[in-house]
Amino acid sequence: MRVNFTVNGRPQEADDVWEGESLLYVLRERLGLPGSKNACEQGECGSCTVRLDGVPVCSCLVAAGQVEGRDVVTVEGLAEYAKQRAEGGCASGACGTTLQDAQLGVPPGEAWGRQAKGTDSQTGEGGELSTVQQAFIDAGAVQCGFCTPGLLVASDELLERNPNPSDADIREALSGNLCRCTGYEKIMDAVRLAAARQSEEV
Amino acid sequence: MPANGAPTKITQGSQTKGGIGESTLRPDGTLKVTGEFAYSSDMWHEDMLWGQILRSTVAHAEIVSIDTSEALATAGVYAVLTYDDLPTEVKNYGLEIQDTPVLAHGKVRHHGEPVALVAADHPETARRAAAKIKVEYRELPVVTDEKSALAPDAVLVHENRDDHHCGHVPHPNIVHRQPIIRGDVEEARRRADVIVEGEYTFGMQDQAFLGPESGLAVPEEDGGVHLYVATQWLHSDLRQIAPVLGLPEEKVRMTLAGVGGAFGGREDLSMQIHACLLALRTGKPVKIVYNRFESFFGHVHRHPAKLYYEHGATKDGKLTHLKCRIVLDGGAYASASPAVVGNASSLSVGPYMVDDVDIEAIALYTNNPPCGAMRGFGAVQACFAYEAQMDKLAKKLGMDPVEFRQLNAMEQGTVMPTGQPVDSPAPVAELLRRVKAMPLPPERQWESSEGADVRQLPGGLSNTTHGEGVVRGVGYAVGIKNVGFSEGFDDYSTAKVRMEVVGGEPVATVHTAMAEVGQGGVTVHAQIARTELGVTQVTIHPADTQVGSAGSTSASRQTYVTGGAVKNACELVREKVLEIGRRKFGTYHPAWATAELLLEGGKVVTDAGEVLGDLVDVLEDEVVEVEEEWRHRPTEAFDLRTGQGNGHVQYSFATHRAVVEVDTELGLVKVIELACAQDVGKALNPLSVIGQIQGGTTQGLGVAVMEEIIVDPKTAKVRNPSFTDYLIPTILDTPTIPVDVLELADEHAPYGLRGIGEAPTLSSTPAVLAAIRNATGLELNRTPVRPEHLTGTA
Amino acid sequence: MDFLRPASWEEALAAKAEHPTAVPIAGGTDVMVEINFDHRRPEYLLDLNRIGDLYEWEVGEESVRLGASVPYTKIMESLRAELPGLALASHTVASPQIRNRGGVGGNLGTASPAGDAHPALLAAGAEVEVESAARGTRLIPIDEFYTGVKRNALRPDELIRAVHVKKADGPQQYSKVGTRNAMVIAVCAFGLALHPETRTVRTGIGSAAPTPVRAKAAEEFLNAALEEGGFWDNGKIITPSVAKQFAGLCSAACNPIDDVRGTASYRRHAVGVMARRTLTWTWESYRGNHRTTEGAA
Repeated sequence: MRVNFTVNGRPQEADDVWEGESLLYVLRERLGLPGSKNACEQGECGSCTVRLDGVPVCSCLVAAGQVEGRDVVTVEGLAEYAKQRAEGGCASGACGTTLQDAQLGVPPGEAWGRQAKGTDSQTGEGGELSTVQQAFIDAGAVQCGFCTPGLLVASDELLERNPNPSDADIREALSGNLCRCTGYEKIMDAVRLAAARQSEEV
Repeated sequence: MPANGAPTKITQGSQTKGGIGESTLRPDGTLKVTGEFAYSSDMWHEDMLWGQILRSTVAHAEIVSIDTSEALATAGVYAVLTYDDLPTEVKNYGLEIQDTPVLAHGKVRHHGEPVALVAADHPETARRAAAKIKVEYRELPVVTDEKSALAPDAVLVHENRDDHHCGHVPHPNIVHRQPIIRGDVEEARRRADVIVEGEYTFGMQDQAFLGPESGLAVPEEDGGVHLYVATQWLHSDLRQIAPVLGLPEEKVRMTLAGVGGAFGGREDLSMQIHACLLALRTGKPVKIVYNRFESFFGHVHRHPAKLYYEHGATKDGKLTHLKCRIVLDGGAYASASPAVVGNASSLSVGPYMVDDVDIEAIALYTNNPPCGAMRGFGAVQACFAYEAQMDKLAKKLGMDPVEFRQLNAMEQGTVMPTGQPVDSPAPVAELLRRVKAMPLPPERQWESSEGADVRQLPGGLSNTTHGEGVVRGVGYAVGIKNVGFSEGFDDYSTAKVRMEVVGGEPVATVHTAMAEVGQGGVTVHAQIARTELGVTQVTIHPADTQVGSAGSTSASRQTYVTGGAVKNACELVREKVLEIGRRKFGTYHPAWATAELLLEGGKVVTDAGEVLGDLVDVLEDEVVEVEEEWRHRPTEAFDLRTGQGNGHVQYSFATHRAVVEVDTELGLVKVIELACAQDVGKALNPLSVIGQIQGGTTQGLGVAVMEEIIVDPKTAKVRNPSFTDYLIPTILDTPTIPVDVLELADEHAPYGLRGIGEAPTLSSTPAVLAAIRNATGLELNRTPVRPEHLTGTA
Repeated sequence: MDFLRPASWEEALAAKAEHPTAVPIAGGTDVMVEINFDHRRPEYLLDLNRIGDLYEWEVGEESVRLGASVPYTKIMESLRAELPGLALASHTVASPQIRNRGGVGGNLGTASPAGDAHPALLAAGAEVEVESAARGTRLIPIDEFYTGVKRNALRPDELIRAVHVKKADGPQQYSKVGTRNAMVIAVCAFGLALHPETRTVRTGIGSAAPTPVRAKAAEEFLNAALEEGGFWDNGKIITPSVAKQFAGLCSAACNPIDDVRGTASYRRHAVGVMARRTLTWTWESYRGNHRTTEGAA
């Protein structure tokens, strides 16, 4: 079947979609957006979290056919989404475009090739990051990074809803996102840091 | 700063920004937060096929027949392979013992063993085709525990063993046995005023890394194959893959793809050979990605164990002796079992002084899932047992459990039960003091003006208590872990470092085959290069097999060994750069010939700080490159009868204090805080060090209260291969983890550093168990402890 | 596999009539797991996402008509006053992401004994509104809805449209035991509702029998004990012996199994503890209100 929907502000069309495919598979394997991660395929880890019409969901549990005509934001579009929100633009992400680069497929080995150009990410080089993305880097909340995209989408949505969350609020909001590397302490730090930076910006 | 002992010596380049000791940020951080970092499961190639593995549905059976005809006839299927399609005489692989079939031959020995492979144009096509393969099994009795494995008429998991352990094991269903005998236990036992015995059970833990096994094999024009894969050790994979494919190692190129965590679970091969076989057969790139269900069958787990301990102590609290027997279940294939046995036995006494010991550790062959490497590697199981023993002894003696441990704590100079003296700081008593001195979290934090905040109570959002039945407990534990590969293994790493001027700036490139699995090795390599070479710009080359082996990202060894190799290569590069400088400018300034010269801030300086020249001017268009192997001090094998030998390179120590709140009626546990004090020798990157300690601590928490692969004892089948029923801690299960880092340099190690990744996983589990015992008064001799164990309803 | 995308309720009923084996999919939080893990390959998937009705609710005089697909998050946020037990149960469902997608219709359709909504529905009192193209609408009382392990009273051509849940006329509570502090499937669960208007108590037990069940003997015992002691009027503390006996009868209403999530013995025990605690919480709340009312009068 064919599915038409919007991803990160850009209309997308996926063809020859098998009816049992998930939104996650379509994003990763058909649209060249592998940022959303496949770690459990049963809604237990949150690594595939995306915004569906603004609502955080596990994209592994959304049937591809269900997103017809709907609006999806993935980690690849998060920076642009946050930017537009800050500018008071279209909060749903349905308007505007995202980074060209993020729309391309990832050829093998390319990631390290690209990384090799940089040294430290301290400078935040390689395009603008959202507050929560930068905070994850700065706080040391990224180790293997596999849970990171889902956590970023969930954290960003938390701070959109609740700009000044208590620790218990953060834990509740992120309780659907498993991380195996960090023990979550640096993730807590990152969300606190992002909240503090956001409140300074306002 | 270190509280006592020798301060860490850093002699070079400490003036260069972003060098060692700073919390520089990850070089892959930006890619990881934007979703652009390419993990092994993100690999994509035009025309690529999807590989699917058909796995056994039974644990132990003869394969009567396999019929692939219907699968092969499915539209979209490009290949179906079984044992008969393997191209060479080499049909097995294995880390140490080559006992693991690439595809089952005539027999399966555990639930989920690979039987056949399919390549197709879509994962669903491949799945449907795999389901059409007809395998007829004739089931065999299963061996599932020590009793069934070692019975006189026991079914042999492997007939006709010819590996190098089979000669010294008392039964063919024992992979390896390591006794350690020292002193005179019977005599020492007579000196004991109290004797404490215990029988402990450690459940099967899964690494549960979040990025399931995956990779892409691309056939190459020369008949070889290029494999992009997530692994812990590229060269070890290569050594096992190439012979099965019938290719020389040069024709199997390997590049590390992004790794979504490892924790030991990627030390063995998973989909590597399968993807290569399918790619070579079809002539097309083949991608294999396990789903979570398959991942539970696709890698080895932590050995479940039974541990029988007897300790004695005098009435003034000195340990007299240790008798112990550790039975590890290795499952159907050897994997890392022999080395796990070596660790479990040699570290079974813990960080304590005990002169008289009689220790035995064995690993069994059974039809349970294969077990091998996981963070802590044999030392974890032992720590759970000896720490429970320490609490029992303290209680029996009426002593404070921390003071009792401190009284018996090993220190630098203590002789291990293997006869090996500990020749670097062993601040066990100090770490205990520090963790105990940390302020305790306030009581009843869940109380608020609006009633109880269930998120901070046992049961969390499930709303099981508003404070009823909740009792607080506090527990302590300490552990000892060896760093690096032990027992005489040639544990080297290779680094290639290049220095040149790019865009008017000196740039260093570091190329190693080290698997970055999230630990932050790439961050540290750049820091070392900056410190040693005085540059700001460092490029980390992708890890591949175009450079020599970096050994495994395991055993807490990478910063020590590959970090050491990078340091060494940088020093050699520096010498060459200085030679160039002397050649060009030596006549202009006498210091070129006389002083000790350093590279700092892009310049050549004397140790007194005088600038002799810019690196840009020294190098001009010259490129300096060095590739060199580096080794830590050699170790020895343990004697097979006495266990004596200088088997280990370095030890790592961590202590924990757990504060828990237990709903004693429902048996639900909330860990309130897990404080840790650890000696790290030298923190090359403090932010990463703390991240490792907190992560390791949390994995220890998991196996204390929830994580266990449950295997049916009648069928040897796994009952909970999913994230629905194999539970790992969420952010609501994980407490605050304050960390106190001690830095006492080990003079034998680069920068005085100590491997750190595993030690916190050891002591976290027994600390949580001790706290639960403290809250409930129950004995609790197994982990994980489940609600039924706390409520008498098991 | 075919993916059916009806744009309206009528189209959905027609599709279900034409393809009775079609598997309805709304939040996808059960169905997609089965598809992803190759446990199920239905001939037809019937997508209900485009039917706006299913995402709406109406608060009536006596009950709330809750659309089958109203996500748990909405129930938690918007119906805490009317459906406190179900709101508490909704908060225990899996994770925020799942609560944003899943709804009560899915729990009822799957009819797993572990579904989190069931004990709350049983305790509050509810009717399931189902419909078929051929026979129109019928209301199935919740007590008759669960017919076996993962089986319900739905006919092959029927779809669940809504559930009519009685508005709370007194305090309600819900507890669930899992071996993790979040994102966990129930080892067992318990719902309790006080109905001061009828002077009755209703219960619901999850994951401790082949189907969700009420502890009817326990309810009868407690109804009688409360009546005899004049508790509804005098608002006294429930005596420990009454609470204990109630808890014991709730345990006895279980018919659990041993599985990887817990032992039968633990489930029985835990249901008793939850019964006692939720009774205390609800009764204390009732007494508080009772006293407040008296004080105001």
